[in-house]
Amino acid sequence: MNPTDIPPPLEVEPARRIFGLETEFGLHLDAGPGRPVTPEEVAGHLFHSVVQWGRSSNVFLPNASRLYIDVGAHPEYATAECDTLTDLIASDKAGERIVHALIAGGEERLRAAGVDGTIHLYKNNTDSAGNSYGCHENYLVRRRADFKAFASALLPFLVTRQIVTGAGCITRTPSGAHYSFSPRADHMWEGMSSATTRSRPMINTRDEPHANAELYRRMHVIVGDSTMAEPTTLLKMGATDLVLRLMEARVPLPELTLAREMQAIRDVAHDLTGRATVELADGRRLTAVDVQQEYIDLVRGHLGGIVEPTEEVARILDLWQRGVDAVRTQDFTPVETELDWAIKHRLVTRYRSRLGCPLDDPRLARLELAFHDVSPQRGLFYRLQDQGLVRRIVSDADIERAVSTPPQSTRARLRGAFVERALAAGRDFTVDWVHLKISGSSGTTVLLKDPFRNEDARVDGLLEMLEHA
Amino acid sequence: MAQLNAQGQPYEDDAPEPDAPVAAAQASTDAIDDLLAEIDGSLQVNAEQFVRSFVQKGGE
Repeated sequence: MNPTDIPPPLEVEPARRIFGLETEFGLHLDAGPGRPVTPEEVAGHLFHSVVQWGRSSNVFLPNASRLYIDVGAHPEYATAECDTLTDLIASDKAGERIVHALIAGGEERLRAAGVDGTIHLYKNNTDSAGNSYGCHENYLVRRRADFKAFASALLPFLVTRQIVTGAGCITRTPSGAHYSFSPRADHMWEGMSSATTRSRPMINTRDEPHANAELYRRMHVIVGDSTMAEPTTLLKMGATDLVLRLMEARVPLPELTLAREMQAIRDVAHDLTGRATVELADGRRLTAVDVQQEYIDLVRGHLGGIVEPTEEVARILDLWQRGVDAVRTQDFTPVETELDWAIKHRLVTRYRSRLGCPLDDPRLARLELAFHDVSPQRGLFYRLQDQGLVRRIVSDADIERAVSTPPQSTRARLRGAFVERALAAGRDFTVDWVHLKISGSSGTTVLLKDPFRNEDARVDGLLEMLEHA
Repeated sequence: MAQLNAQGQPYEDDAPEPDAPVAAAQASTDAIDDLLAEIDGSLQVNAEQFVRSFVQKGGE
């Protein structure tokens, strides 16, 4: 093949999908009394080493993921394109290690600037003042003319899945505190729109596929909580993928359109008993347990047909059912080592009984932050996981590999190799999700429109040029 | 009657099954309590001030 030829799009099995996860981390400087330090200054010090090698605080890494400082001085990590859920989980967890590795350098620079403090990074979704930041899920879907109708059909599922995939949180109100399924639910303002910060929708409809736009669109789900436990991430992404697979195969979904989505998502979030009902457009009232059970039954009905009954699908369905049953029976023990909200609920309950305090005690809020701390040593989630109190999906070796190595079965492989070689050669380069370019070269920009393609002669040509640079 | 081995203990197979998950759940609750006891001191230090000082702008 002539290295300038753009290869045709690959024929891809309908079940094969590109996944991505974007995580905004909470950034917290714990310092004694002294001069005030803005989050921007802390973020600047944290990213100093990144800017040193990348000449920017917005970079692509050799593992093909993207690392940057987002709106609001949040460190953000976006995984590379993954076409398996295990690759995705490993890449997502690698992101925690990558941002954590910046802390020591950041603290050192702060000390040099006269601030003695400890930097914490939290994989959570709210700060103490009630500001929210997100965890965005990306599912590549086949383009269709009726995308808005297609996407809105997913809303009843997204509103109710928090009873299994929520991160759990203590909600403080003027009349007291209670434990909720999802910290994110209260920050959703509408079902769908193309905005994110001005008006937070559950699905962002900005048409930005980062791929061949004639073939693909991106389902950009921004209603989810950041999740710590690997099985929760598996269920969050896996159950959503299964529902999307049926929708893409044009399977008629059960009629579950909600009358008022914003009311429904809040009512579900704040009712740990699972007995609160949501109003459907047809006037019926169902619980979130009822709604989720409809989706589980729907997927089960297509096992062996549209849905290939793999071990992973069985695992997702099993956890999904056990999660729904836990809420229905109010016995959380069957999922208390797998689902974030249940793991955290158990922790909060035990600590509260130890302290004999009300739920709005600041020490419990402190416990919540410790749970979401990404530090492998300090983070409470990792202390639990190390003791075998949280189940695993991938191994530490998988995660460590994903810190430096891109997923091998997608476009990420090409980008990762390019970034790694260009850095090694000391050449300036430009890279984004779909472009690769060596600065000052003959000017050829390689456009990678097919996220499923992991081999490309044009990229081999670029790597060759870097080799002989 | 349970079959006894040389040490006079019932064979593992004869152990009543339902006890196992209960024992495991108790063991893990104990492990959580031990962990909480271990970190209790550090969580209590200026908890309120610590939590309040974590304020960011909204993201996305």
